[in-house]
Amino acid sequence: MKLELRGITKRFGSFTANDSIDLVVEPGEIHALLGENGAGKSTLMNTLYGLYAPEEGEILIDDRPVAFSGPGDAVSAGIGMVHQHFMLVPVFTVAESVALGYEPTKSGALLDLGEARRKVTEISARFGFHIDPDAVIEDLPVGAQQRVEIIKALSRDAKILILDEPTAVLTPQETDELIEIMRQLKAGGTSIVFITHKLREVRAIADGITVIRRGKVVGEASPESSESELAGLMVGRDVHLTTDKTDADPGEATFSVRGLTVVDKSESVVVSDVSLDVRRGEILAIAGVDGNGQSELAEAIVGLVEPRSGTISLDGDDLAGLSVKERLRKGIGFVPEDRSTDGVIASFTISENMILDLYDQPPYAKGLSLQPAVVRSEAEEKVSEFDIRLTSIDDPISTLSGGNQQKVVLSRELGRPLRLLVASQPTRGLDVGSIEFVHKRIIAERDSGTPCVIVSTELDEVFNIADRIAVMYRGRIVGVVPADTPRDVLGLMMAGVPEDEALARVEDGSAATEISAAEEDPA
Amino acid sequence: MTEKTATGQPVPAAPEDAAAPEAPRPTVLRDILSGSWMVSVLSIFVGLLVGAVLVAAADTSVQATLGYFFSRPADFFVSVWRTVSEAYLALFRGAVFDWEAQSFVRAVRPFTESLVASVPLILAGLGIALGFRSGLFNIGGQGQVILGAIFAGFIGYWLTLPLGLHMLVAIAAGIVGGAIWGGIAGALKARTGANEVIVTIMLNSIAGYLIAYLLKQEWFRQSGSANPQSRAVDESAALFPLLPDPFRLNAGFLVAVVATVFVWWLLERSTLGFEFRAVGENPDAARTAGISVGRVTFVVMMIAGALAGLAGAAQVLGTEQKLTMGIGGSLGFDAITVALLGRSRPVGTFLAGLLFGAFKAGGYTMQAQTGTPIDIILVVQSVIVLLIAAPPLVRGIFRLPAPVGKGAR
Repeated sequence: MKLELRGITKRFGSFTANDSIDLVVEPGEIHALLGENGAGKSTLMNTLYGLYAPEEGEILIDDRPVAFSGPGDAVSAGIGMVHQHFMLVPVFTVAESVALGYEPTKSGALLDLGEARRKVTEISARFGFHIDPDAVIEDLPVGAQQRVEIIKALSRDAKILILDEPTAVLTPQETDELIEIMRQLKAGGTSIVFITHKLREVRAIADGITVIRRGKVVGEASPESSESELAGLMVGRDVHLTTDKTDADPGEATFSVRGLTVVDKSESVVVSDVSLDVRRGEILAIAGVDGNGQSELAEAIVGLVEPRSGTISLDGDDLAGLSVKERLRKGIGFVPEDRSTDGVIASFTISENMILDLYDQPPYAKGLSLQPAVVRSEAEEKVSEFDIRLTSIDDPISTLSGGNQQKVVLSRELGRPLRLLVASQPTRGLDVGSIEFVHKRIIAERDSGTPCVIVSTELDEVFNIADRIAVMYRGRIVGVVPADTPRDVLGLMMAGVPEDEALARVEDGSAATEISAAEEDPA
Repeated sequence: MTEKTATGQPVPAAPEDAAAPEAPRPTVLRDILSGSWMVSVLSIFVGLLVGAVLVAAADTSVQATLGYFFSRPADFFVSVWRTVSEAYLALFRGAVFDWEAQSFVRAVRPFTESLVASVPLILAGLGIALGFRSGLFNIGGQGQVILGAIFAGFIGYWLTLPLGLHMLVAIAAGIVGGAIWGGIAGALKARTGANEVIVTIMLNSIAGYLIAYLLKQEWFRQSGSANPQSRAVDESAALFPLLPDPFRLNAGFLVAVVATVFVWWLLERSTLGFEFRAVGENPDAARTAGISVGRVTFVVMMIAGALAGLAGAAQVLGTEQKLTMGIGGSLGFDAITVALLGRSRPVGTFLAGLLFGAFKAGGYTMQAQTGTPIDIILVVQSVIVLLIAAPPLVRGIFRLPAPVGKGAR
């Protein structure tokens, strides 16, 4: 089935999310839609899926114009969508999930799950998905849940499959499996629109690439383009994908964690017996797939969660029992993972957000009294130092882009003398340009002698800034490896394979991934 | 996902990333607080309009004209206009300026009466507003007012102290009484996570029965009579009058002005207020920034209680001069409406307190002179609050645009 979008324009008020976008997806083609966060990719796909009505333009399927008034129309026209955040009910079985919304019935009102089960088994067998129709969703790993979403789409005879950032939640190995599935679907005649901002994957799998920037198509590219070319198209200027940094010159280990165990509210162990040392002037990256205890580890370090056991010490002082504020006063800088909930207060002004954890310190306060003049002048200074683009420091911070919000957080946390920097996902949701800036600042902080702990689920980021890498899996440290460890080894470790075994498996070639093969090309 | 959040607002200066408008998660409280002053003004207008309909409907002469509406419809409209305008003019004369009065003193007295009525509303309203700004639904104004009155009143007639000092000590006692009552709720919430709405409501009941019990004990009331009311407070403890007789305006109004300025300073210019607002807007971010949410909850409830206690003190040391069962009236609840109308800003609360004080003072005149039931005032106030609590409704009625940044999510 051929899909064509002609001049699609979608506006939200005065903001044009899609500006007369043209896109052609040939039958059996894997077409990548590449663009930064906020470029308009998801809006375009939601328009295609009937969730938004475009202001202008038309959608053609097999050269015949169609109009969708809702996802139902899109589905019956043969379009299937797998959202970035899965739309699954955790307590349903696979068969029930697939039946949901299109429940096959038997003699009137009885649910015919047999039919759904048969479909799951059939599709699963055809593409080698290995999905048990009676498995319960919440017991399945993320990769399998994604396959359930794909089965769901295929069971409704989707000829065009839209995958919205499908690899965001996967380990490198799971990503490989997904790529294999995409190849099989393609062989079976299904067209795939693959939305992503990850260059490596695009080059590994796509037949055609359309790059979107600020709501407009800025170019077509072939999978043979280099990563720098693609990144340049995506951002609109030359970018350095790797940040230049000198080798670390680590001093003595001033920060250490011993036998740290953290238990969450439901009494399950989220951080299990973790021990780490971080030296002055060194960046230790904590790699791992989302949800393996990294966030909790970071929170335990700053005192947001109380560990069940273990010690955390900084410059020889035990931090046990100290409040968050006392730890921050000891010189810990913390960049929280979820910027919008934990990092900033959306309705506070930019200058207020810059003193969120310094408000009671001189020079910002004298006794109980805030010093608005000082707060403002310091804010102005930080705005220029960190190149924050804004209209006025008195505007609510919610008027800033994500990248600029993160710069505000960094200016606050790095703007004072630190003895430890803890940053969780410091570049999540940021554009390439901002990522570059954030990495530079973190490396600068390292160079000034601060031990840095950076939690990241993005391997690119880990390789870019780490001096050493600790890999976490299910709350444990699988291993601490040097920064030049091959990507495949790290990928296996992120799935829980111990370092030696991962090394061995990579050396005998059984675990080389598609993704890393693409890396070999001159980038 | 990110694109979906892109709203109708202009693209920010550096739109590298439209995840930009990370709007605060909507909560009822935040919605109410973020309503514009325009919504407040329009709500008052609609409230008066609804009141007018009820005034007309309740009037017998209007009802009579309805009987022959189709033969002489003009009669009906004339009658409605006369009834409504008379009622509202009487309200105005009772609240601001009575141009029909015989003497100048009588003509301006209504305005001072409005000020008198507004004092406790402003003080308790500030307490509620402080809670709202800190993310707390303090429904316990009533109990805190009563405790403030008990403490201030008892000190007022039981202690013997020099003039002036006695008044200050009695006021301080009122502050302490309210602070204890608010502090209990704050401590329970901070320590155990108990819902402050439920706790404060129950503390209201306890306070109501506590004063009923105390007023039955002779050691407490010291009045020598069997009535459930206390001895009058000493002259030395009473809030001194600001104007000669027959005006009743007393130093309580100064207290209200000072309290308004204080709460403004606290919220906008102090480190404590920075914590309060941070916790109110986003407790997660506040916690991450090292602010102790529990401590803030406790301190806010104490200060809110202290302000309500001050309202009770102003009642017992100023207007009433003695403790009675009804000393709290419905102050605690009226204060919530005042804080809502004032959008929980100190100056807004002050102005809303003045307005509701004027309604209260003018309502009596309206009832006495035109026979319009004073309950109409209650309806007007209720409609105002209803509309304040539902800004989208007001915007819908007047076709105002939705506030920027909260649209298309």
